Order: sequence, then structure tokens, then C-alpha cells
Amino acid sequence: MLHIVAKSPFERNALESCLRLSEPGSPILFIEDGVYGALDNTAMSESVKTAMADRSFYVLSADIKARGVTEQVIDGIELVDYEGFVDLVVDKGPSNTWL
Amino acid sequence: MAYEVNGKTIEHDEEGYLTNLSEWDKDVADLIAKDEGVEMTAEHWEVIDFLREYYEEYQIAPAIRVLVKAIGKKLGPEKGSNKYLYELFPYGPAKQACKIGGLPKPTGCV
Amino acid sequence: MAEFEFETEGVVKKFMFLNRKAPYGTIYALEVLETVLISAAFDQEVCLAFVDDGVYQIMKGCDTAETSGMKNFSKTYRALEGYDIEQLFVEKESMEARGLSEDNFIVDVQVIPASEMATLIAGQDVVISG
Repeated sequence: MLHIVAKSPFERNALESCLRLSEPGSPILFIEDGVYGALDNTAMSESVKTAMADRSFYVLSADIKARGVTEQVIDGIELVDYEGFVDLVVDKGPSNTWL
Repeated sequence: MAYEVNGKTIEHDEEGYLTNLSEWDKDVADLIAKDEGVEMTAEHWEVIDFLREYYEEYQIAPAIRVLVKAIGKKLGPEKGSNKYLYELFPYGPAKQACKIGGLPKPTGCV
Repeated sequence: MAEFEFETEGVVKKFMFLNRKAPYGTIYALEVLETVLISAAFDQEVCLAFVDDGVYQIMKGCDTAETSGMKNFSKTYRALEGYDIEQLFVEKESMEARGLSEDNFIVDVQVIPASEMATLIAGQDVVISG
């Protein structure tokens, strides 16, 4: 199951719930305003870093670039383009989107 | 679009379902039935009454499959069949009976 | 909402409707519920999960009489049994965080901890979230 987080963790609990309700080993992809959850030095960074121990994280490059925060992405979170997004859905699907 | 009953004007949508469910009464039902070409009998009323009770309890009109099963339980297995209900309401028991009963079109009516 | 397709013949997939929003402030809950009712026509294996504010969807005693034009669809969850949808799950953590217990709910549910809910979600063929 691919988990897609599409809302900012500072506006909603989408990321928090995704971390709580995804199984260890799950891939998690940040898109749209969800990409703010991929950033370092935020109130959410520690939770994400802890989850990175047994989950793989990805962020959609187009959405992170659009928001001007590419430099702040946590080390170890992989940037994927749209093609990579499709590959994730195909390889790791089905998917669930956290809004 | 509206029905005219006993000097009252009762609005309906383009398919004939009442706009305001609370305006329904038996005279309105008879008029809609006439429009639909259905001659109302005790058996028809049994189904209409059942649908209205169902709506009151669950706030939806049931899908046909659910209606058939529930009617069978309430009114006896010989009435809990597609055939019986389609004989009463040839254009679809869920759709047609709901319209006559003053209820919205059933959710899940595909 | 996730995109999905119904297979037409003989293929039964596991569908979960994952409810995370409170019922009356936004349209999510009602839209998901209507999708659930429609999906019942396709004979799939359907379950509902209530997490986060989604647990508020199944509160007993909702009365929308004084909110203009808002249908009280809380009662509709009780119709699901007639649609052969009997698998309703509530996440324990979300329920307790809101000071609720099973007695507050209008339908019978299975209360499970987050870890079990995670496993349940992971085992679905399709998750429709709202």
C-alpha cells in the first residue's frame, strides 16, 4: 500500500495519521502541500525521521520546487518526478491518499 | 414545474420528484400515480407506506435489491420479489414508488 | 478521492471506505456515504473505517432540525446492514482521544487499535478516503 500525503502537517493531521496508520515497510509519498512534511528543522521533522527507520519516503519534485523549499528536504527522502510517481503507484500500489 | 392538487401548487424537479418532501399527501400521491399510469391499489399503498417508513428511519430510499429483501421480510416472501414489485410499478419499483411516495430518487439507483 | 474501477464480472475486491472527517462541516462524510451505498450494487467486499474526526460521523443523537437544509444522515449508517455492509471499524486511539466509547455510536462497530487498523488498511485492494 502506497500512502500519499497531500496536505500540510501544520494545517491538518494528514501526516500524523498516515504515520500512525501505515504499516512498517510502507512507502510514503509527499505531494501538493503535503511536501511541507518532508522538510527538516520543523516541528514534524523528528516524527518523520523516526518513521524513516522502517519506511521509505519520497517527495514529488515538481511540488517541492514550486514551493521553493527543495534545499530543506530531510536527507534520505528521495525526490521523484512524475514518471517516478507513476512507477511508485504501479509498483507499490494500491494507494491511499491522506487529505 | 409543479403539480396542482386541491388548489395547492406543489413543486417538483424535472423527473417529477417533489422538491419539498413535507408537501406530500395521499392526494398528491394519487395525482403522481395517474401521471405515471399506475392505478393505486391496497398492494401499491403497502409498498408506498413501507418506503415512507424506511425513509423516516434511515433518511434514504433503499436500492431495489435492499427494498426487495426488506419487503419480503416485512410483508411475506411472496411479495419480496422483483417480479411482484415490477408488476405493481412497471417503470421500476424503487424509482416509481419513491416518486409516488414523495421521496427522493433512491441513492445507488444505477 | 482515489480513482478506482469496478471489475464487472466475478472479481471481488476488498474495498475500504476510510472516513476521517467530521460529518456536517464539510461534504466529505456524506459523499463517502453515498459512494458506499452505490458500491453495494457491485457485490464487492466492503468495509468502513472511522478514524480521526471520522468517528464523529456515527454519533448517536444527531439532530439537524435547526440547521437549515441539512439532512440528518447519521441515521443512514444504520441502513448499511440491509446493504450487507457489516464490517465497521473504529480506531481506538481516535475514539479515546475524543473522550468517546462504543456506547456513543449509533451502529455496532469493532474497535481496534491503530496497529490493527494499519494492517487492515494495508490488506485492501482499494481504499477510498474522505
